[in-house]
Amino acid sequence: MNQKLDFDLIEKRAKRRERVGKAALYAFLVFWGLIVLFPFYWMVLTSVKSYSTYNAEYIPKFFTLKPTFQNYFDAFSTVNLAGYFGNTLIFTLVTTALMIIVITLAAFAFARLEFKGKNLVFTGFLALMMIPTELVVITNFQTITNWGLRNTFTGLILPSVTSVFYIYLLKENFEQVPDELYKAAKVDGTSDFKYLLKVLIPITRPTLVTIIILKVIECWNSYVWPRLITDDEAYFLVSNGIQEIRENGFGRENIPAMMAAVVVISLPLIILFLFFHDKIMEGVSRGGTKG
Amino acid sequence: MEKNNLKGWLYLLPAIAFLGFFLVYPLVDVFIYSFEEGYNSASQTFFGHGWYNYSYVLHDTYFLQAVKNTIILVAVTVPLSTGIALLISLALSSIKPLKELFQTVYFLPYVTNTLAVGLVFMILFKKTAYSDGMINVLIQLFGGKSVDFIDGPYWAKMFVLCFYTIWIVMPFKILILTSALASVDQTYYNAARVDGTSKFRIFYKITLPMISPMIFYLVITGFIGAFKAYSDAVALFGTDLNAAGMNTMVGYIYDMLYGNSGGFPSYASAAAIILFVIVLSITCINLSISRDKIHY
Amino acid sequence: MKIVLEHLTKRYPSRDRKRKEEVIAVNDFTFEIPDGKLIGLLGPSGCGKSTTLNLISGLEKPTEGKIYFGEDDVTNLPPENRGVGLVFQNYALYPHLTAYENIIFPLQNLKGEEKLSKEEMEERAMKVAKMVQIERLMERKPGQMSGGQQQRVAIARALVKTPNVLLLDEPLSNLDARLRLQTREEIKRIQQETKVTTIFVTHDQEEAMSISDMIVVMKEGAVQQIGKPQEVYDVPENLFVAKFLGTPPINVFEASVKNETLYIGSEAVLRVGGVADQDVWCAIRPEGFIPDENGPLTCGMIAVEVMGRDTSVVCTHDLCEAVQIRTIISAENKIDASKKTIRFSLKPYKTYIFAKGSEERIDFT
Repeated sequence: MNQKLDFDLIEKRAKRRERVGKAALYAFLVFWGLIVLFPFYWMVLTSVKSYSTYNAEYIPKFFTLKPTFQNYFDAFSTVNLAGYFGNTLIFTLVTTALMIIVITLAAFAFARLEFKGKNLVFTGFLALMMIPTELVVITNFQTITNWGLRNTFTGLILPSVTSVFYIYLLKENFEQVPDELYKAAKVDGTSDFKYLLKVLIPITRPTLVTIIILKVIECWNSYVWPRLITDDEAYFLVSNGIQEIRENGFGRENIPAMMAAVVVISLPLIILFLFFHDKIMEGVSRGGTKG
Repeated sequence: MEKNNLKGWLYLLPAIAFLGFFLVYPLVDVFIYSFEEGYNSASQTFFGHGWYNYSYVLHDTYFLQAVKNTIILVAVTVPLSTGIALLISLALSSIKPLKELFQTVYFLPYVTNTLAVGLVFMILFKKTAYSDGMINVLIQLFGGKSVDFIDGPYWAKMFVLCFYTIWIVMPFKILILTSALASVDQTYYNAARVDGTSKFRIFYKITLPMISPMIFYLVITGFIGAFKAYSDAVALFGTDLNAAGMNTMVGYIYDMLYGNSGGFPSYASAAAIILFVIVLSITCINLSISRDKIHY
Repeated sequence: MKIVLEHLTKRYPSRDRKRKEEVIAVNDFTFEIPDGKLIGLLGPSGCGKSTTLNLISGLEKPTEGKIYFGEDDVTNLPPENRGVGLVFQNYALYPHLTAYENIIFPLQNLKGEEKLSKEEMEERAMKVAKMVQIERLMERKPGQMSGGQQQRVAIARALVKTPNVLLLDEPLSNLDARLRLQTREEIKRIQQETKVTTIFVTHDQEEAMSISDMIVVMKEGAVQQIGKPQEVYDVPENLFVAKFLGTPPINVFEASVKNETLYIGSEAVLRVGGVADQDVWCAIRPEGFIPDENGPLTCGMIAVEVMGRDTSVVCTHDLCEAVQIRTIISAENKIDASKKTIRFSLKPYKTYIFAKGSEERIDFT
């Protein structure tokens, strides 16, 4: 009989412990969610506060009753936000497109073609993965300067159109496509290039899309190289633009307008993320780092 | 056969050309630069070869400040971010409803522009004549004294930098750790539960050893990443990091190369190689430790 | 310890969210497991036998019904308080711990008064290690052991805390054929030595029959028959049980009963006293056939396979469910394989009839 009471107690205790634990878990997760989301909320909130309202709040308010879009007009009219935006778009598209071509060709050569010295070159490529950008950026800066390519798209784009890592990733993927398909294509008299275009690329499209998305994110956020290579505002990308706005833009104190610019700059990637978050997260866990 | 050889190289040509120009050649060149004393950017001449560039960099107070900042940043953010990410991932993997929503939200900082969101952090932490700033209002609410985190004392600036860095690197770590946790076979937990193993012991004796390869991976990439910190500092304190006393080693390299104090590629090269050697040796130490600790 | 399952039912919400239907994994399972016996839970995959095991271990909670260990209701007790030893199908040995560390793992969990000293732990670990004969493997990690050795370590880990009941989930399925025979004898021996009530789950009828004191045949969550292996084999309650047990499998014919006589086609094969006229399933064990030149059942000859002690005659019949009929007869019978047909008479106690609709057994005299 005693034993039975004991059992009831154990059951009850186990249940209670579980409930308290769950509540604490969720509280913790929500807390971190707030830390993550709060800056975004603050950025949007501040961007719709009028200049005078913002500066009148010695203690900032957590909401606003009179949202205004004036800051967004200011962001586009006072500084060259549209220009930065356009530059970044061109830079991102061209870089990504060129890179996809270069790495697809290289990955195909490594995965499918037989030629002398292939293994040696591939080992060499793998070794290159370990070189940090910081080490090579100095000479690249000198090279581009000597070639007179400062403040040009060519200068911005050239050094970032290859990625050893993506070549490696793609090669691995190409190799997973069964040999038989290649042999079948050969028997049918398909050329190598046509096989790449008509068979390999469609089959490995998910990986290509992942690579494209990761590269787009990288391009959109790139800051260091553009900063070194451009000092003409006409060629600024968004990251440099935002830094410019911060230092010389609306006059130092027009923070709402600055936040409007920040919202505009952040929006494209956030939209991309909302649509592709599964793909992005999967791609990053397969081999992205915050570079 | 001859034709096939040619074709292979043809497909590789663009990649080899780009890598050769922008990765291999610069790699060799940076060593040469670092030994060329008194290099003049304009005339592209130099006096001679030697260790002077290294000696200059190592005696430069700005560089020493940058090294100090970087090391503090690494020492604070790598363990903290990995630890918190582990806690969050553990929490995430023990819930079912809303799990995906949380995961997606937590990943958001990964896709944001470091410079842009850094600006938001700056206004959150900054104290101006007009306003104490959001964070200071919170501090005062809990009875603390307000501090200017952006232009104020060193520790406050360091705090913001670390905080922002952790905020930025968290998504990657949470993602990696949640997938590592998800890949642990559920029957191990069942086995442990039947044996009456306490939650803490399950974590310490089963979960942790099982995901230890991933933790080490995160620690190693975390070290490398934190040693290369730069844009986060620029975002918070502006481009003149030396003046703010918040420069990082990478920042020092870029400042030497370009900008107001720029035009010294030799010093930049020497600093870059010093950084590279530090990162390389720390990675090697990490790897050898992990080889001792991970075995099954 | 005696284990009692009372109307045990487990329902899962359907995977498909649009449908409201529930999946019934275990349906109204009632059974009293006597103390110290070895019980085999037998059924095809997906019949709910693993779920039953999880319910007993406490890893899952039943939707309805009760579970008693001895006199205690443990239905809602968390697994750690039940004192069960569980051996998983893939063994679930911790890969980073040695065999010894794996075995003492449950002991290290004990708290308060039950806490053991290092020496006591070692003593108990060595005792079970000896029983399962792995004393010399104690410093190895699971990766350095064969499947059979891992299996033994897993059993040792389950036994070391002297559980009230030992549960084995498909314990032999990851072993190769030779090892399987050896290991099942081993399990029987260990069970008899420890006298711990043991329940094991398997889809292999031979495995269950060979070592269990009692077997439980399950189908789609419902218990079909419980009994001693030989009883269940000799007196199957329904067509499913008859078909599931026995290798080669039982031969099923479409048949009918007229005037207390069993007809397969037009041939009157057996007297079945006390059975009303109806269409039935007639099932005959392979060893139920007697070659008899004047026998009532005529089959088309396919082949004669001589296997030493026994001879297997493979033949066909239009009304047989399967393409081939496989019979086992003593090798002393000389069969002429060149003949087109062969005639059999039937052993009444190896022949069963089942109702067409319910598939329940119909007794006859």
